Amino acid sequence: MAHTADHYYVPHGSHWPIIASIALTTGVVGAALWFNGHASGEMVLFIGLALVAFMMFGWFGTVINESLKGMYNEQVDRSFRQGMMWFIFSEVMFFAAFFGALFYARELAVPWLLGEGAKFATHDYLWPNFSEAWPTNGPGGVGGQFETVGAWGIPALNTLLLLTSGVTITLAHWALKAGDRTKTVLWLIATVALGAIFLGFQAYEYIHAYHELNLTLESGIYGSTFFMLTGFHGFHVTIGTAMLLVITIRAAKGHFTADNHFAFEGVAWYWHFVDVVWLGLFIFVYVL
Amino acid sequence: MTTATATHDDHHDHGPAKGLMRWITTTNHKDIGTLYLLFALIMFFIGGAMAMVIRAELFQPGMQIVDPQFFNSMTTVHALLMIFGAVMPAFTGLANWLIPMQIGAPDMALPRMNNFSFWILPFAFTLLLSTFFMSGGGPAGGWTLYPPLSLQMGDGFPFLIFAIHLAGISSIMGSINVIVTILNMRAPGMTLMKMPLFCWTWLITAYLLIATMPVLAGAVTMLLTDKFAGTSFFNAAGGGDPVMFQHIFWFFGHPEVYILILPAFGIISAIVPTFARKPLFGYSSMVYATASIAFLSFIVWAHHMFTVGMPVTGELFFMYATMMIAVPTGVKVFNWVSTMWKGSMTFETPMLFAVGFIMMFTIGGFSGLMLAIAPADFQYHDTYFVVAHFHYVLVTGAIYSIMAATYYWLPKWTGNMYDERLGKIHFWISTISVNLLFFPQHFLGLAGMPRRIPDYSVQFADWNMVSSIGGFIFGASQLLFAYNVYKTVKGGKKATDKVWEGADGLEWTLSSPPPYHSFTEAPVVK
Amino acid sequence: MKSRIARGVLALTTGLLAGSALAEWDLLNMRKGVTSTSHEVHDLHMMILWVCVVIGIVVFGAMIYAMLKHRKSKGAVAAQFHESTTMEIIWTIIPIVILVSMAIPATKTLLAMEDVSDADMTIKVTGLQWKWKYDYVDGEGAGISFLSSLAPEHNEARLLGAGMDEAKLREKFGQTYLRDVDNPVVVPTGKKIRFLLTAADVIHSWWVPDLGWKKDAIPGFVNESWTRIDKPGVYRGKCAELCGKDHGFMPIVVVAKSPADYAAWVQAQTGAAAAEAASADKIWAADDLLAKGEQVYKTNCAACHQLTGTGVPPAFPALAGNPISNGDDPMGQITTVLNGRPGTAMAAYGPMLSDVELAAAITYVRSSWGNSGSAVQPAEIKAAR
Ligand code: HEA
Ligand code: HEA
Ligand code: HEC
Ligand code: CUA
Ligand SMILES: [Cu+2]
Repeated sequence: MAHTADHYYVPHGSHWPIIASIALTTGVVGAALWFNGHASGEMVLFIGLALVAFMMFGWFGTVINESLKGMYNEQVDRSFRQGMMWFIFSEVMFFAAFFGALFYARELAVPWLLGEGAKFATHDYLWPNFSEAWPTNGPGGVGGQFETVGAWGIPALNTLLLLTSGVTITLAHWALKAGDRTKTVLWLIATVALGAIFLGFQAYEYIHAYHELNLTLESGIYGSTFFMLTGFHGFHVTIGTAMLLVITIRAAKGHFTADNHFAFEGVAWYWHFVDVVWLGLFIFVYVL
Repeated sequence: MTTATATHDDHHDHGPAKGLMRWITTTNHKDIGTLYLLFALIMFFIGGAMAMVIRAELFQPGMQIVDPQFFNSMTTVHALLMIFGAVMPAFTGLANWLIPMQIGAPDMALPRMNNFSFWILPFAFTLLLSTFFMSGGGPAGGWTLYPPLSLQMGDGFPFLIFAIHLAGISSIMGSINVIVTILNMRAPGMTLMKMPLFCWTWLITAYLLIATMPVLAGAVTMLLTDKFAGTSFFNAAGGGDPVMFQHIFWFFGHPEVYILILPAFGIISAIVPTFARKPLFGYSSMVYATASIAFLSFIVWAHHMFTVGMPVTGELFFMYATMMIAVPTGVKVFNWVSTMWKGSMTFETPMLFAVGFIMMFTIGGFSGLMLAIAPADFQYHDTYFVVAHFHYVLVTGAIYSIMAATYYWLPKWTGNMYDERLGKIHFWISTISVNLLFFPQHFLGLAGMPRRIPDYSVQFADWNMVSSIGGFIFGASQLLFAYNVYKTVKGGKKATDKVWEGADGLEWTLSSPPPYHSFTEAPVVK
Repeated sequence: MKSRIARGVLALTTGLLAGSALAEWDLLNMRKGVTSTSHEVHDLHMMILWVCVVIGIVVFGAMIYAMLKHRKSKGAVAAQFHESTTMEIIWTIIPIVILVSMAIPATKTLLAMEDVSDADMTIKVTGLQWKWKYDYVDGEGAGISFLSSLAPEHNEARLLGAGMDEAKLREKFGQTYLRDVDNPVVVPTGKKIRFLLTAADVIHSWWVPDLGWKKDAIPGFVNESWTRIDKPGVYRGKCAELCGKDHGFMPIVVVAKSPADYAAWVQAQTGAAAAEAASADKIWAADDLLAKGEQVYKTNCAACHQLTGTGVPPAFPALAGNPISNGDDPMGQITTVLNGRPGTAMAAYGPMLSDVELAAAITYVRSSWGNSGSAVQPAEIKAAR
């Protein structure tokens, strides 16, 4: 075939995207049925997720193959990098919505309910007995009394873990650039391990919150913002860890060269992004 | 401005696959562009049919045709289809067709993802429309989805939310593709400041999309958890605030309306110079104006919420910021007029639509400016005055630009000339009827008719009838458009490569129709 | 039909000759209204409108001139200029100056509108699907409280299948179709009235054009606004924020009375309220309860549960044949109606209706459409509160 690396590689028709669309749709239909309390929901959701996984293997497999065959030139590589960067930016904006909700609720809504600022009538007429500033589950006491998770226990430890993992992945990158495969793989394994430990702690903390602190997703606005922010973050750590695992295997197989390893860098950027979001969480959700 | 040396496609590649699979699996920017445009047209017709139901019920006072709940879902879904199903995909389709040809690239940067962005859409909109058949019916809380009302929806609710998620994923991927294509795939010599304005406006639109669609996704996710997972984001009893949704929604929603108009500015900036036979006036100030509009669009959102009881400092800030947008938009209008000034103009159909755009968009802009004045908006808000405003900018703005673009580039895409006489008839019927349709809505709003109502008091009867008649004629005249496009795709007088005497830009250096792969060998731009 | 079209054409031509004496100005432009606020807003509106018209004439004038003169068929040869920094600066500065000169009066008006201090009396307005509740909180008339919904004849005429068209509506209701309520909100003229706006279910918006503003009524929060009406009269408005199925049928009627007339109205109201309270303690005859119940049900419940009690399942459950409406123990039904069902459209009617009204409505439900539940006395409601 005529494709060589001096042309920008434009793939032929591919069936992966349509499979991806079907997979995603199946997944969300399943989730929607499930939310509606439909018996078939979980099943359909599961099929959808399985299809998504199948699609990812297939699609990424194709890309990896093409990459290994040297079909991508530098320009293609740049496209991938830029694409990844803008994808991460979109993720940042997704988190921004939830941080925005946190700030709005803390700085505006709750003070208004407490009768501060221009809306004192709100307090006088609707919620005269409400006096609980942040953290709060609101004037209706939604979800009942709860306690918060202290910042300086597990969360601080988790911060340390993630920061360390930022270092280990950088060390892996240096090793990769130096062409040292063993070291690359070792540092990557360390990073994966740190991510997994973080998740373990996080799961422990959730169980603790639910069982001992009565802090749940339903604990008013505090519980809502706390669990949605940390939950989506945890979800991203899970994805990040899975991606790290994949590139660890690929690194071990020798897929990356010192100057051609987009997949590695993409994952590393993603990991740093997850890291930075955590710092934001640690400061705004736990410490302040 | 730009000339290409070299190379039409003589790269003997396997042409496209055959049959349906060609379209399902395609990674070709032209095929995908065609799919997007076709999809947009279908959505425009379905959304338009819903508008016809609205206009038929409003033809006279009293309830005659649909019940109020169904009426509300017509309004809601009409808007969702038109915005997310018709205008946005149409612009993305144009981007797919034109950007690679205009910057001298072989294709979009990420072709497989390009296919994915398109093919999510039919699924997303099937989900959305399927809610009509579920218990509780279609969404009826307005396209703005304000809680707590939107949470009262029946079984369709999670389907609605996920449909929005899917459409959002599609837009984000589409935008990533546009940005990367423009930043990474330009032919040698095609500097950013030589790019056609359509590419510029799309580049900036894509930034807006990537920055705001995820915020919308966040907002609707919170709706979902408020309904199903017991969170209290929008519930005062739990310490949340229903108005918080509005802030998050409009942080997306206002940039969204510029997403719906910036590519239109790019189209008009391509067409006016061609038919004035004179270079675009103030190219660089056009670029800066676009960027300023995009920047300002992030700090004006609460002008949709002047009546929610914000602190007065907030109202003042958002009022001032909103008014500022008139300045860069004015620059654009003045530049178009200056481009026409002392030109040598002819008025083929694309130019007619472009001129129609400039005038009627500006009228919509003026009413926008009136809405921006907070104390006056206390009267205008949620009345037909607002409906008139946004249909002027959306229908005679966005939709007109898409029609103009279709007439302008269709001969290039198909190699056939469209029927000029029919095009002109389409323009004139549309333009007369669309003003019958939307101009009286200003009067209705000022006289006190709220929006989103299925029935009204008798003093609004006359104008509503005029508006409905205009609506039916406008709707019917779109059949002429569809027929003209169909006829041109099927055959017709052969178009030359350059098509228009005054046309300028790389796409006109390709054959009509262009080869399946445009620039496999990058042209050199001088 | 013909005459309608003829009138449409007439309206259109007069509209095109905008402002001509033929057309009723009210049908083309914002109303001047009856408060100082509404006058200021109207003036502001006219000012921006004229500024836009003038700019429009200049811009479109230039464009049309170019289109007529600089066309190829007229032999025009294209000039090639395409830049002028001077021009760009001019047409950036001039709009800024125009905008600043608009912003100044707008700011003044806005600040005045938001100043709710020194009010003579306060009325709390609560939006509900799909009616308004008014509580006179302080000032003359404090303690008065009532619900206000679309007048029943209108409510019947607006149903799908009522067979109404414009001519019939004009004949039956004159100019007020959909603009009458059962209980208008009565206010004195010349007094600064502070409104507190909130809602019980979804967001509504309280708007009377003649007062010059609208403000959203948001569940869980209270917004404030004020008005001072100059002259006695009846001023009509509507709910302006989409609030569900019957958003279009949620009118507002403000009756402004001179202070003396207002005082008389307050007298009458407090008298009626006292009588109502007293009647809650007596035992009601079944027929009286039923008759009153039908009225209460029609205005408060029928929007959702329908006149025939069939509801609109699954959104709104049927009350006819529903176990909750039958049997000897009415407590389930009483608590449902008193406290509502949080998170659904079923609002708590305890704070909205009196003991008598609630007893009547529940008794009506329990003995209509084939239901055979026991009757309920006001005293039982009082005890259940
Ligand atoms: C393509 C879409 C589009 C565009 C381009 C605009 C453009 C503008 N819009 Fe509009 N708008 C909508 C789509 C759009 N809008 C929609 C969909 C809604 C309703 C949403 C909903 O509630 O459902 C809405 C609602 C809306 C509101 C809220 C109204 C309400 O609900 O109460 C406001 C308020 O400020 C507003 C303002 C403006 C302004 C100031 C502009 C400006 O950008 C206009 C600038 C242009 C000009 C001013 C004309 C040209 C300029 C000159 C010739 C220069 C000289 C002029 C002067 C100095 C005056 N818009
Ligand atoms: C890009 C966006 C877009 C476009 C193109 C349109 C196009 C049209 N819109 Fe819409 N509209 C919105 C965006 C748009 N609208 C939004 C955002 C809202 C607010 C929603 C809300 O409040 O939540 C709204 C609301 C809205 C209302 C107010 C409803 C209400 O408040 O209750 C009305 C009423 O007249 C209306 C009418 C129309 C009409 C007649 C057209 C016409 O231009 C449509 C013309 C097209 C066709 C008719 C289809 C093509 C032809 C056929 C299908 C052939 C058959 C035709 C015949 C037999 C006549 N629209
Ligand atoms: C705005 C709409 C609305 C109005 C008005 C309304 N209801 Fe309801 N009602 C509902 C809904 C929705 C439910 C179902 C709540 C649920 O899902 O639990 C309901 C439930 C009920 C039930 C319980 C039915 C059951 O099967 O458990 C009773 C009894 C009832 N309403 C009586 C009334 C009475 C009496 C009135 C008038 C005073 C009234 N409702 C007004 C919407 C309304
Ligand atoms: Cu209440 Cu609309
Ligand atoms: Cu806006």
